[in-house]
Parts: sequence; C-alpha cells; structure tokens
Amino acid sequence: MPAFQGVDYFNADELLSEEERLVRNTVREFVEDSVLPVIEKHNRAGTFPRDIVQKMAELGVFGATLPTTYGCAGLNNVSYGLMMQELERGDSSIRSFASVQSALVMFPIYTFGSEEQKDKWLPLLASGKAIGSFGLTEPDYGSNPGGMITRAVRKDGGFVLNGAKMWITNGTIADVSVVWAKLDGVVHGFLVEKGTKGFSAPEMKGKHSLRASVTSELVFEDCWIPEENIFPNGKGLKAPLMCLSQARYGIAWGALGAAMGCYDVALNYAKSRIQFDKPIASFQLVQEKLVYMLTEITKGQLLCIQLGRLKDQHKVKFTHISMAKRNNVYHALEIARIARDILGANGILDEYPIMRHMANLESVKTYEGTHDIHTLIIGEDITGIAAYA
Amino acid sequence: MKLVVCINHVPDTETKVKIGPDGKSIDRTGVNFILNPYDEFAIEECLRLREKNGGEVVAVSLGGDSHKETLRKALAMGVDKAVLLKDEAPRDSFSVAQALADFIRGVSPDLIFLGKQSVDSDDAAVGMMVAEMLGLPSVSVAVKMEVDGKTITAEREIEGGHEKVECSIPAVITAQKGLNEPRYPSLKGIMAAKSKPIEEVQPTPAQPKVDVVAMKKPPAKSAGKIVGADVSAVPELVRLLREEAKVI
Repeated sequence: MPAFQGVDYFNADELLSEEERLVRNTVREFVEDSVLPVIEKHNRAGTFPRDIVQKMAELGVFGATLPTTYGCAGLNNVSYGLMMQELERGDSSIRSFASVQSALVMFPIYTFGSEEQKDKWLPLLASGKAIGSFGLTEPDYGSNPGGMITRAVRKDGGFVLNGAKMWITNGTIADVSVVWAKLDGVVHGFLVEKGTKGFSAPEMKGKHSLRASVTSELVFEDCWIPEENIFPNGKGLKAPLMCLSQARYGIAWGALGAAMGCYDVALNYAKSRIQFDKPIASFQLVQEKLVYMLTEITKGQLLCIQLGRLKDQHKVKFTHISMAKRNNVYHALEIARIARDILGANGILDEYPIMRHMANLESVKTYEGTHDIHTLIIGEDITGIAAYA
Repeated sequence: MKLVVCINHVPDTETKVKIGPDGKSIDRTGVNFILNPYDEFAIEECLRLREKNGGEVVAVSLGGDSHKETLRKALAMGVDKAVLLKDEAPRDSFSVAQALADFIRGVSPDLIFLGKQSVDSDDAAVGMMVAEMLGLPSVSVAVKMEVDGKTITAEREIEGGHEKVECSIPAVITAQKGLNEPRYPSLKGIMAAKSKPIEEVQPTPAQPKVDVVAMKKPPAKSAGKIVGADVSAVPELVRLLREEAKVI
C-alpha cells in the first residue's frame, strides 16, 4: 500500500501556516516510524507501548501549547490539533495518552496550580520523566460528575482523601494524579503522588477497546496528602470541566485522524480488490461509501481548523468544542464501520487497522462527555433549556 | 567548526509525476515537495559534528521562495542559519554547482555536506562538481565518517562493499543512507525556526551546459502473460524466456 499522504480534498492545507504543516508532517512521520510498526502487537497483547513516552517527549508532544519556560513547545492550538490528528491515525490509545498528559494533567497544573507545583511537575511531565493521570469520573458518577462521592477533609496540616475513581487513563503507571474531590462540599483539585499511603491504582482488564492504553481505578482509603498538593486556584466543578474542554478539543481532531486512516485503507483496498473481474471501487455502492467517508472527513477538517482558529483567538465557546467532538467522533466511528464493510471479511483482521480504530472509537464516543451529553450541551445553548437537569 | 549543508526541495518520492505542458519539466500542480531525503543525512551529520566540536551549521538551498519551507525544516532540525540562493531559472547540475560553489567560497567552511543525489533529477553530480570548482577533496556516497583534527576517515559505498578513505579538511562529503539516523525536527525547534530569518542571496546567473530538450515517461508496462499454472508449463516458459524475452 502506498504511504499515507493525508486526506485533503478541499485544499485545507492552504488554510495552514508553514509551521503548522511542518508540525503535522513531523508527527505523521513519527507515527509511521514509531507507532504503526508496533501498535497491532500491543493492541493484541493489551499492553501500552511504554517506550513511546520518551520518544513523544523528545518530539515535544506533551503540553505542546504551554510556554517554553517549562520545557514545552509553545505551539498554537491548530498545530496541537494537527498533532492529535496524526497521533490518532496511529491509535486512539497513543492520542489518549498524549491528551491526558497534556490537557488533563499539565493544563490544570499550569492553570490552577501554585508556582511550586508548576515548577516541580511541568518540566517532569513535558520531558516524559513523569506520567500523569486525571481522576474525575467515579463508578456511579459518569455524565453527572457533580454528584461525586470522593471527599477530602482537613487533617494534620493536609487532607485525607476517601473515595474511588474509575476509567482513569494512565492511572496505574502515573507518577502524579490530578484528583478531583469535594472539600466542604466544593470540588477541588489535588495532586496525589504515586506511592502515597492509602492510594492504590489497580488496572482494569478485559477491555475490547483502547487495548494499547492503561485504564485504571484510583482508590483512596484514608489517603493523607500534604497541604501543598491542593490546587490554590480553580474551585468548583468548572475547573475539571475546563480541562475536559481542552481534551475534547484534541479528540475532535484525533477522531479525524482515525477516520483518515480508515478511509485511506478502504480506498486503496477498493481499488485493488477484484470481484466480478473488476475492482470493487468500480461499483456504485462502494463509491457511495467512499464519497460519504471523504465528505465527512472534509467537513470535520474544516470544522476543526475554524475551531482551532477560534481557540487561538480566545473566542471559542465550550459548546463549539462539544459540537466538533460530537460530530467528528460520530462520523469517524461510522467511517470505521463502513470501511470494515468495504474490506469485507478482511476488515476483521488485524492485518488492517480498521477494527482496532472502530473498537477504540466506541470508547472515544463515550469518554470526555458522551455523544448524547454533548447533544444536550448544545441543545441547552441554543434553546436556553437544560434537558439533563 | 564551520559547516555548510546544501539542501534541495524536491517532489515527494510518493508523487506520481506528470509531464508539464512544455514537455520538458514536470507538472508541479498538486505535487507535494519535501526536503530531499539524502539531504537529511547530510544535515544530521552536520548537527552531530557541531554538537561534538562546536561551531555553526549553515544550510543553503538554490531555488524559488518555495524552498523556504525546506530551509525552515532544516532550521527546525537545528541548523543555525539558512540561506536561499534565490533563482528560479532552470539549471543543470553544473550551474547549480556553480551557484553553490560561489556561495561556499565566501563562507570558507571546514566541511561541506550534500545528499549523495537529489531525488528529482537524480544526477548525483552536484557534490562532486562543487568539490572540483572549489579545488577540494571529496568523499561521495559516505556511509560512515570520523573527523580527527584535520583528517577525515570515511567509508563510502561501492559496488558490493565499502571503501575506506582518508582526506584532509576542508572537503566535500555527499551523504548516503546509513551515515546516521536523522532526527525529527522537534516541535520546539519548529516554533523557534519560525522566528529565525532566512537570508536571501542573488546567485550567479545560470549558464547551463546541458539543456533539457524533452521529458518522457517510460512506456506503460504491457499486461503479463500466464503460461500455465503447473509444471507442464515449464518448457513453454523456458522457450519464451529464451526466444521472446531473450533473457536466458
């Protein structure tokens, strides 16, 4: 199969600057060299390719939009999005790792943390010497995080945490976890370091999706953490929701990458697979499928570029991000399913990336705000009526 | 140590080339251009030599404004300075070498690097010509090199093996795959490159010695012939290979 050349039907490259294209091409090359050759093996074994962390750090992936003073790249949001797109063409697990480290750990430390917390953790996280995780979701509180049970109480010049978090990417391997808990009824962010007494993070097994990613529970049993580990800023549920907006922004782009990967494989397959003495690409039904895929990718691409521009101009609304995440993940999943259809029985083999992307996208559709919750977020924005309250 | 690396902006190796309307150049529409792959090894070797010995790496490219994208990539990889010899006139290898040699003369570097060839016209001639014009020793198709004071020990690829050579500095080296593993431009490097200037220099006007008269694609491959599917087809296959294809 020819090397991936990107999907750009509407000359969207013209909307990108020279350095944005260079960021994208560099990450694309990295994914070709370092992710694609190993990902199926890890997906099969259900293991995270740990050595990729250092390589991504050297490239400058982590916290890439944060300032260079912390060892970060200082990219704009469009470049960051393009980076996520390329990582997810590799695998949603790899993009998820980068999303969590950047948007859910480094971003809150940078935004809500003390100078000491920033100086300590940001360079370690940027250089991949430390891995982070983010604990908001609980076994009984997913779409409704405000109901969280995890509590912090003041004790001995610090805090004691009790409760449990679930579906936490990187939890087991994290050196530091950003944990959200209620203190006197108000949500606060806490930094919980690996090895803290009363804190454990068992890995969740048996996933059919995101198999090359570590997913964990975080359990706090009278877990004491020092005063300096609470975020001084960002009280209330708004703080973790701001983090999720950051992460969802990357997901909207990432889903495009998975969709592009599936489309590229399906197009090449359709042109070379012969049935009834001609390539299946010559059949109208197959062409219709390919056209749907390309159209939705193109729409999603233009949506993301404008979303990124709005974000760079500080004009973005969280509902814009909801719309892009909702739309792009939905269509990426449809595209993966249709690609499987075009590949026929071959589509189920891990010789092709299709089923891996499809299974991953089932998670992506649900995490960071489900498809339906994003519908209601936008619904509330346009009608003024909250349908989930 | 002062190092110059000459780099080229060439069609992506995945490009399906079409001949342009003039019949002697390629149609550039929709073609993705990249840093010449062999030049990546040349840049990497310069960066490693600078990291070891200190000094400066200057990247130079001859062509139009579009070459700035490739110079920017070299800056993002870590070269210190980028120079565009701005000229879009069609050139043969000789006139490319002439422009590069004139520029290099003004810089007097310790070492000059190029890729062993550009993947566009594939002449593999510019490096050697630059060395000749500058009156310098050259090592072409280098796969290994070490600098010790004023002496270079290098290995170059030859038919079926490697040749170990020595020469003095200054010299011209052309890089072959295997010389090193080129780094990616880091995202931080890309952002830093954004603010670095690309100097523009007017090169010596082209005086080509070779003109391209016409460019043609190779004839399309004709369909294959299936002689048979089992051992009974062997005599016929041998006959055809001998009499028709004349290869045995």
